[in-house]
Amino acid sequence: MMGQELFNTFILILLVVAALSALRIRDLLSSAVVFGVYSFLMCLLWAEMGAVDVAFTEATVGAGVSTVVFVATIFNLKRKSSD
Amino acid sequence: MKLISMIPVAAVGGLLLFAAKDFPEWGAVDSPASQSPVSSHFISHTGVDTEVPNMVTAVLADYRGFDTMFETVVVFIAGVAVLAILRGSGRRGSQKREFEVDAEPDLIVTNTVRLIVPVIQIFAFYVLAHGHVSPGGGFQGGVAMGASFILVALAWDLEVALERFSISRCMVVASLGIVIYGGIGFLSMILGGEFLDYAELEKVLPVSREMARYHAMLGVEIGVGFTVSAIMFALYANLSSEGRLKGGL
Amino acid sequence: MIEDGSILNELLIKRLNYLIYVVLLLIGLHAMIAKRNLIKKLIGMAIFQTAIILFYVSIAVKEEATVPIYKAEHDPHGEHAKTKETAADYGDKYQPVALSDEEVRGYANPLPHVLMLTAIVVGVATLGLALALCQRIFQGYGTIEEDELLTKLERADARASLSPVRKTSPEKSSPEEKKRVRKLSKSKELAKEAPRTRSQSVKRKTSRQSGNRKNESKEIGNSPASKPDKTRKKIVSKSTQTGKKDRGGERKET
Repeated sequence: MMGQELFNTFILILLVVAALSALRIRDLLSSAVVFGVYSFLMCLLWAEMGAVDVAFTEATVGAGVSTVVFVATIFNLKRKSSD
Repeated sequence: MKLISMIPVAAVGGLLLFAAKDFPEWGAVDSPASQSPVSSHFISHTGVDTEVPNMVTAVLADYRGFDTMFETVVVFIAGVAVLAILRGSGRRGSQKREFEVDAEPDLIVTNTVRLIVPVIQIFAFYVLAHGHVSPGGGFQGGVAMGASFILVALAWDLEVALERFSISRCMVVASLGIVIYGGIGFLSMILGGEFLDYAELEKVLPVSREMARYHAMLGVEIGVGFTVSAIMFALYANLSSEGRLKGGL
Repeated sequence: MIEDGSILNELLIKRLNYLIYVVLLLIGLHAMIAKRNLIKKLIGMAIFQTAIILFYVSIAVKEEATVPIYKAEHDPHGEHAKTKETAADYGDKYQPVALSDEEVRGYANPLPHVLMLTAIVVGVATLGLALALCQRIFQGYGTIEEDELLTKLERADARASLSPVRKTSPEKSSPEEKKRVRKLSKSKELAKEAPRTRSQSVKRKTSRQSGNRKNESKEIGNSPASKPDKTRKKIVSKSTQTGKKDRGGERKET
């Protein structure tokens, strides 16, 4: 297995872990932050696959603005989630 | 409920995995998507048609200009809808939120932000203007610009950021972006071409047909950047304050 | 077990990206159906969306290919371009040439990238819209948990069916007060949209009680409910009917 494929596999597995934990955590604020981690992993994966423009957009939009927007909303709502 | 939801999930998953078996191998050069004449044409002829090194920007702003224009309009409409939904709502009185604290803006944070915001804004302009030759473009530059205002709002207060970029100005800038985009389209129509046929702009620009497309793309990207930056900040300002536009995080 | 030709080899080694895109898509789909918290549902939706973007980007990958930006020797404005033998044909004025099929193979497919780039930005705009709706739901009902929301709606419905429809009496107040009330009602109109479309004047109070607003008592005194508004009422009664129908369906499901 080549280095690039190993890297690819590693990030893909981490992605599933991040997605699952973002949905499992009951504290919505942590959940939003873990979703930011997920977005950055995705951005890393896309940069590795040669989609630099998409990766750049995801880094600014997905990991930056959407996390902030999530946090801003949760601040106005309840922080605890029932599931 | 959880068990019932597994049924559609399992059905969809089974179907998709069944289909995934027939996909071309990952990274195959002769996969149908890579072999399609459209994308091959984009790769081979972008340099001849537009002289833009970054094919993604060329396809985004020139070949698929219509698509991008209406994506920008969608972003604009979403921003206006958030404004309309949250306007006039919010808790009256000085009811505190769940984990709200009264604190002065932190000295270290504000000073760092003071240093970093100009850098972010210059970087945003760089990304916007260099979208032709490097990764970047109107969307990314616009979001970075909006993020710099969000950073100001986070470090001080929403009012401080709104003094610099009020919501009414946001809306003006956002619609201005769409007007710039559509204006370039109509200008090329007036000059004898079709809508968004930038090559016709050579009649007013002192450059060749290819370079006219190159420069028109920059104009279009500036329009996109205007809209996206204003809407991103308006989104944050409204969501963080429940539409009251004061206080904030 | 992972020899050539077996399904595991096909999926795990050669098509891992496609496998993971299916897994992420299913995680998102399951969260959208099964999670009760609306914010969790939205996170599920975002995961669903990125899974599809991952699929598109995986399609665009070519082995041994570089990013879709021209290399120096293909760059229309590059220094290296002029030294190519083709440049001699054009003399001093260099013209960029179309790439050969062999050279096209060296670049990743830009088309899926473009499609997904705009999709991400539109995605965050619509996510903001969804979050704004969540905030309005929280303002109206005091909760973003789906099951609590449903019980609150049902309770409001039950009370509404017990009590007779209230007759609106003409207002006997000075014009100034009327003006004041109108102003207030205007500002509250939007705030009360969600609960109000569900219930008529009397029910309005019940739904407001169900929301955990702390400043209710102040509002009820000069509430806009006492103001007759025929057009408004028509819309309201219509939407109550449809609303009941909808909820009936939901009740069966749960």
